[in-house]
Amino acid sequence: MVNALIGKKLGMSQLFSPDGEVTPVTVIQAGPCTVTQIKSVDSDGYNAVQLGFGERKPERTQKPLLGHFKKSGKGPFAVVREVRVDDVGEFELGQEVSADIFQVGELVQVAGKSKGKGFAGTIKRWNFSRGPMSHGGMNKRPPGSVGCSASPSRVIKGRKMPGQMGNRSATVKGLMVVDVRPEENIILIRGAVPGGRNGVVFIKKSGKF
Amino acid sequence: MDTLQAMDREQMRADIPQFKSGDTVKVHVRIREGDKERIQVFQGVVIRKRKGRINSTFTVRKISYGIGVERIFPLHSPMIDKIEVVSRGRVRRSRLYYLRKLRGKAARIRELRPRS
Repeated sequence: MVNALIGKKLGMSQLFSPDGEVTPVTVIQAGPCTVTQIKSVDSDGYNAVQLGFGERKPERTQKPLLGHFKKSGKGPFAVVREVRVDDVGEFELGQEVSADIFQVGELVQVAGKSKGKGFAGTIKRWNFSRGPMSHGGMNKRPPGSVGCSASPSRVIKGRKMPGQMGNRSATVKGLMVVDVRPEENIILIRGAVPGGRNGVVFIKKSGKF
Repeated sequence: MDTLQAMDREQMRADIPQFKSGDTVKVHVRIREGDKERIQVFQGVVIRKRKGRINSTFTVRKISYGIGVERIFPLHSPMIDKIEVVSRGRVRRSRLYYLRKLRGKAARIRELRPRS
């Protein structure tokens, strides 16, 4: 059995308990993923399966990739991700894995690409404080001093400065699976996950907790 | 999006009557005390309705012993037993925050006359 799936974030909603308590949930379409390649100790030095998810137009796919997908007998996939497994014997090319690998109450970690915020200043990016906006305030939003003087006469590495914020890979750990609906391939996860709607996410079972 | 909307619709309540800002409503709230359940009525003026499918809420304001009390209810919460509309109010905006500054006679809302 695989312990991870590729999915699509559909958006957020909330669930009411009978006592009126609200659980914020992220709705994720998890799978169905297709096994597109099997890697074993003999062939690659480790055991893993490659999963494909989502649709892609054949005319938009590179020919070598088309040939790769042809082996599994399923159309070209938009996203391909590799998942480590213990035993490759139970898998075959073209086999489908779906959301039913997750159980309610299980803890998972979700990786995705966070929403891009562009080139952001230090206030937005690192929660710096800003200067006074009035009363003759001359330093409204600049980062301020970035270091010392003649010694060391350089800026220390790792200094927090303006730059690109978001649009990078981010993982949230320890999220709970609230509901699994295998017939629709939908899982509900408590809390927020990285990325916007229709973003690709990678859901992995937490090893130890 | 469709899946999400369908999911929300499953949970949304169809038994909620139509009401607007300015209406006076009686909200029957279920209250749990230990394993006993009773119903409390909160009557007041709706000063705000926030729409957002399952996330919708509304705010009810009343004057209790001379002190203004506002309560925000999730519209589709199972803790709401029922909502009764006492009267329809004639107001010209959807957010009645101006009521917070008024008291007594000035805070009255004229009743909406049904169009004949």
